[in-house]
Amino acid sequence: MGRPVQYNTNVKLAEMPEGYSGEGFMATSFDKIIGMARKNSLWPLPFATSCCGIEFMATMGANYDLARFGSERMGFTPRQCDVLLVAGTIAKKMGPVLRQVYLQMAEPRWVVAIGACASSGGIFDSYSVLQGIDQVIPVDVYVSGCPPRPEAILEGVMKIQELVNNESLRRRNSDHYKALLESYGIQ
Amino acid sequence: MSEHNQHIQLSDESVAKQTTTLNLGPTHPATHGVFENILEIDGEKVLSAKQTVGYIHRAFEKIAERRPYYQITPLTDRLNYCSAPINNMGWHMTIEKLLGLKLPKRVEYMRVLIMELSRISDHLICNSVVAVDTGALTGFTYVFQWRELIYEIYEEICGSRLTTNMGRVGGFERNFSDVAWQKINKFIEGFPKVMKEFEDLFTRNRIFMDRCIGAGPINAERALNYGFTGPNLRAAGVDYDLRVAEPYSSYEDFDFKIPTGTIGDVYDRYLVRNVEIWESLSIVKQAVQKIAEIEKADPAQKNIFYAPESDKYHFPPKEDVYTKMEALIYHFKMVMGEIAVPPGEIYHAVEGANGEVGYYLISDGGRTPYRLHFRRPCFIYYQAFPEMIKGGLLSDAIIALSSLNVIAGELDA
Amino acid sequence: MALTNEIVKNRLTEQFGDQLTGWEEPYGMLTCTMPAGINLKVLQFLFDDEQLRFRFLTDLTGVHYPGRPGEELCVVYHVHNMVDGVRMRLKAYVPLEKPDVFSATQLYSAANWMERETYDFFGVNFVGHPDLRRILNVDEMEHFPMRKEFPMEDPTRTDKDDEMFGRGGIV
Repeated sequence: MGRPVQYNTNVKLAEMPEGYSGEGFMATSFDKIIGMARKNSLWPLPFATSCCGIEFMATMGANYDLARFGSERMGFTPRQCDVLLVAGTIAKKMGPVLRQVYLQMAEPRWVVAIGACASSGGIFDSYSVLQGIDQVIPVDVYVSGCPPRPEAILEGVMKIQELVNNESLRRRNSDHYKALLESYGIQ
Repeated sequence: MSEHNQHIQLSDESVAKQTTTLNLGPTHPATHGVFENILEIDGEKVLSAKQTVGYIHRAFEKIAERRPYYQITPLTDRLNYCSAPINNMGWHMTIEKLLGLKLPKRVEYMRVLIMELSRISDHLICNSVVAVDTGALTGFTYVFQWRELIYEIYEEICGSRLTTNMGRVGGFERNFSDVAWQKINKFIEGFPKVMKEFEDLFTRNRIFMDRCIGAGPINAERALNYGFTGPNLRAAGVDYDLRVAEPYSSYEDFDFKIPTGTIGDVYDRYLVRNVEIWESLSIVKQAVQKIAEIEKADPAQKNIFYAPESDKYHFPPKEDVYTKMEALIYHFKMVMGEIAVPPGEIYHAVEGANGEVGYYLISDGGRTPYRLHFRRPCFIYYQAFPEMIKGGLLSDAIIALSSLNVIAGELDA
Repeated sequence: MALTNEIVKNRLTEQFGDQLTGWEEPYGMLTCTMPAGINLKVLQFLFDDEQLRFRFLTDLTGVHYPGRPGEELCVVYHVHNMVDGVRMRLKAYVPLEKPDVFSATQLYSAANWMERETYDFFGVNFVGHPDLRRILNVDEMEHFPMRKEFPMEDPTRTDKDDEMFGRGGIV
């Protein structure tokens, strides 16, 4: 005997981008359509080192469920991931490793610094801790909190989605972006 | 040999041995933290491992020398962040021991309650992660809902989920709210069913057993020599538990068993932790009952949540701070860390979720410790890892690491 | 008969005479000071003796006392007799110029990393250690950060304005 089938009627579809549509077709710009697609299928790379990593685990867990925002799959290989989620303290010993992981990611790539330590060093103002990961790699979104609540991490991811959605496809070729990477010594 | 291979230099030795060097970590997804192991493997068999630690060294001990006593509690949170309250309470107990404070029974039972809840949450992480590493994600997502409830209880008590900064010298910063008690009762009622299901899913699961039994074993003698404590030592067959050996915070009033294993492999560690979860749950129940008895005998006890003689070390109520001069002065002095602690040298240890968490404190009477050293169980027992995985399979090494429950924050201090 | 601090003290005095000094019992833990030259002998005796059986190394760490010339660095051992539930603390003072103590790695495998950590933080030289190098800090580090004269913050950092953060000058 089969179980009664229940359909989820609460599914929220992504909004159609602006464009010209007629019967059987829809025309819009690449920017918008690719932005929308990217936005809703981000592959995060969790770079969890300490306490924030545990809160990140809670974010992935059943109660908060990061998968609702299209980030179902945690990729553990930098080559295939879009968003680098740095959760936790990055010590100076770890700095080069983080940079290496960032370099291994393919463009377009985004970075979220989750928690006070990743953003600014947090309470660990000591000789061994990197005072914010933005000293070694560019960061797109900072999430505050020590550790941030799962809701805050979700908001950080949503902010990234906003960025992804609105980003011009040519941004990565712009002089501004090149200068930014140059300032970090990344070619 | 194809042409492009020619410039790769291989020493004669490694060609003859045909072994592979595998860099496991520091950001390997299977290591759950930042541990680097350079493994020498022959096919699937691990021949040797070289460890590197310190990837999140945060200089706790140096920072502790520059912080007044109450500001060190947040540091202890971040040692073993899976069971932060145990570290908090251990630190408070160290200062209380230094001051010679005696706590009321109700406060001690409240502490026991919280410590056991956090032990449950820590063991749940460890065991569900072992299950994840054997390929079963279900248990993990399932028990995490109940860990969320424990976090909610913490939140009710101290306002924070993970890094709790819970309690003060002499007791708690505030009394448990009614909602907290409701949530504790909800946990006591609902959790056994879930835990039972979790156990049913894994304990006698043929695949799980085949993966775990015999993986990463260590015998009692080696374990003691390596300084193992906590569940990992008990899994090797030594029934040593600080809660019994040197009872603190009125653990002697509670009735609980200390589970032990036999060969100290992954399966033993898993079972020991599972039984400990049940025992902790029983202690939580007993604590709730004992607190209820105390309150029944003397309703005035309901408002006792710190030792009366610890007034000097306890923040005055917030209303008083805003309305009364003395309270404001006290509050100010305390925040500035001007409350002196007598000079002395003390070692106090509590049974953390991973083993003996020790605080070696030298006070010279100043506002900050002269020297504070944390005995971090992970740091000490993680050095046995290469010996445990030697000769085993690579996949055994992964589950051995997760079943040791090495917490990077505690390891690297 | 339960093993008491008194018995431990008497056994040790019998064996080592006045070489062990500074007997104390702060908060119930027997404490004494041993010369750095015989630290391993004392530990070995505590380990081997049938009555004492201090076979568990709980903790090993260092302390820096800049104000004590000739004995600036102190290596502190906490050993534990798990059978009788007795703990003991042993200290060995060494001068800053020649911070040599013998390594206890042959006795306790656990001492390996603890000694490396103590070396990393204080620069104590453990003679006979199989692999004495930095453990937590980066290998290139030149100073021993836990010594009192070194600041907590990274002295080279420029990102945080000290005045804004109320730092600088006083520690």
